[in-house]
Amino acid sequence: MGKTIAEKIFSSHSGRDVQAGDIVICELDFAMAQDGTAPLAIKAFDKMGKKEVFDGEKLAFFIDHNAPSPNKEVSSLHSLMRDFAKKQGIRLYDAGEGVCHQLVVEQGWVAAGDLVVGADSHTCTYGALNLFSTGVGSTDLAAVMASGKLWFRVPQSIKVSFEGELSTGVYAKDIALYLAGKIGARGAVYESIEFGGEVVQNLSVEARFTICNMAVEMGAKVGLIQGDEKTKKWLSEHSKKNFRFVEPDKDAQYKKVLEYEVSRLVPQVARPHTVDNVVSVEEVEGISIQQAFLGTCTNGRLEDLKIAASILKNRSIHPEVRFIVAPASRRIYLEAIKEGILKTLIEAGAVLVTPGCGCCVGTHNGVPSKGENVISTANRNFKGRMGNPDAFIYLASPATVAASAVEGKIADPRRYL
Amino acid sequence: MSQDKKVLQGKAHKFGHDINTDYIISGRYKFKTLDNEELARHLLEDLNPHFYEHLSPGDFIVAGENFGCGSSREQAPLAIKYARIGAVLAKSFARIFYRNALNVGLPIIQTDTENIEQGNELVVDLAKGKVFITKKNLSLAIKPFPSFVLDIIEAGGLTEYFKKYGGWKKNSV
Repeated sequence: MGKTIAEKIFSSHSGRDVQAGDIVICELDFAMAQDGTAPLAIKAFDKMGKKEVFDGEKLAFFIDHNAPSPNKEVSSLHSLMRDFAKKQGIRLYDAGEGVCHQLVVEQGWVAAGDLVVGADSHTCTYGALNLFSTGVGSTDLAAVMASGKLWFRVPQSIKVSFEGELSTGVYAKDIALYLAGKIGARGAVYESIEFGGEVVQNLSVEARFTICNMAVEMGAKVGLIQGDEKTKKWLSEHSKKNFRFVEPDKDAQYKKVLEYEVSRLVPQVARPHTVDNVVSVEEVEGISIQQAFLGTCTNGRLEDLKIAASILKNRSIHPEVRFIVAPASRRIYLEAIKEGILKTLIEAGAVLVTPGCGCCVGTHNGVPSKGENVISTANRNFKGRMGNPDAFIYLASPATVAASAVEGKIADPRRYL
Repeated sequence: MSQDKKVLQGKAHKFGHDINTDYIISGRYKFKTLDNEELARHLLEDLNPHFYEHLSPGDFIVAGENFGCGSSREQAPLAIKYARIGAVLAKSFARIFYRNALNVGLPIIQTDTENIEQGNELVVDLAKGKVFITKKNLSLAIKPFPSFVLDIIEAGGLTEYFKKYGGWKKNSV
């Protein structure tokens, strides 16, 4: 019987011929944790009675969720991470270097064919590079640090194809939101989604990260994309690792095959307080906003900043809107300075904050006030997500967020493009 | 879920579908501390501001599909465990939450929770694999765990499992 990408990667990493439903213990190629999960993982590692990690060179830590530290309690957790990383020979990316998921791919830690876990749910992002990567909790990560291995249930797969050609003003984020709206927050629980079709083939690797990043919002273990020339180029520019593309067999077994013709898709918006509460931008146009946020592991990449800048060139942010921008990494930050993108954004009225996760995850750098509406390029809009349970979060593409920041209300970006 | 706790008893606190980990324990608290007792006081606070105060030890959280979706924070099952919840009963669990709950020794029970109402007294018999709704004289079947997972449950979590076996148990899969 033919195999899916997931079945092939789990077969190669468990040394057995496996299929969906099997339980396996696999060797991992890389694992990571961030400052919300690493401290507990370190604690669990110590409690397991372990002294040394299996291989410090296959691990990385990131201080991004609460960085730079806003208070002394967080500072002491950061110190715990730094001390452990130093002792164990683990590369630690400190405050300001960027969002973990951007750094993992940008700094070349992973490559096609790999099996990877991260103590962060959006680890599913790297599947865009044709590897299996999924989120775990802290104790699982401790077990990986101790043994280099973890148990998995080989997931069933869903094949999702996007066909046609995206219209102007419609982006990867809009497709991801559209799918979340279609299949819902539990549309792919425990499953692997293989994304494909003409539209995905035509997307840049950056945009593919956006789609795979949102896979977990539908409950999926990972979002996977087949490798092609773009993937090859991207990997050779960013990683020194050897890689081999993994293709699904023609007769692979899928739980579901979904195909969407998206040529006529319009910009999408997820309304509060769930990611699958999705409508077209026309249905929410005119709702006033007090904060707009551009950044995160979903949409904080150079391409995203560029799109926003193209809309904000020679325009100003609405006087009653705070427009917060967090480039996803230092490299992106520098590139955006070089290309004049940040100048455009700042001239328009943007507030630049440290590359990191704070605003999205509600720790600092832009907590909304009671009753306020926020439009954000992030991946979650749960009640309280940005630090205030009395605020309302709308999710959209960088273009929709930029257009809305100009108008002070949710706006259709197509008018600006 | 050690042997002496095979029968659990308590009151049901009912929630809906897709209860995410941000609701279970907000990011406002989870990044600040490793003190689980402190986290427990904020359990499900954004959905029900005084939830913790209304709990008695051994009470159950009862939910629909996809309980624990969202982030990978292990503080979510820890906050539930330290609030002295006896078990979480749900139609289904989000995958990272499922693993995290097993790993920290929080009992989770997959069963059809449809007929359980807010405030119902429940008896959960793990040996028999049944949940009894006392008032309704109704019993629900518990979906059994794969045998691999039972070793982690028996040990009381993955940390204890690693201590017991020194790593992954040989020939367990």
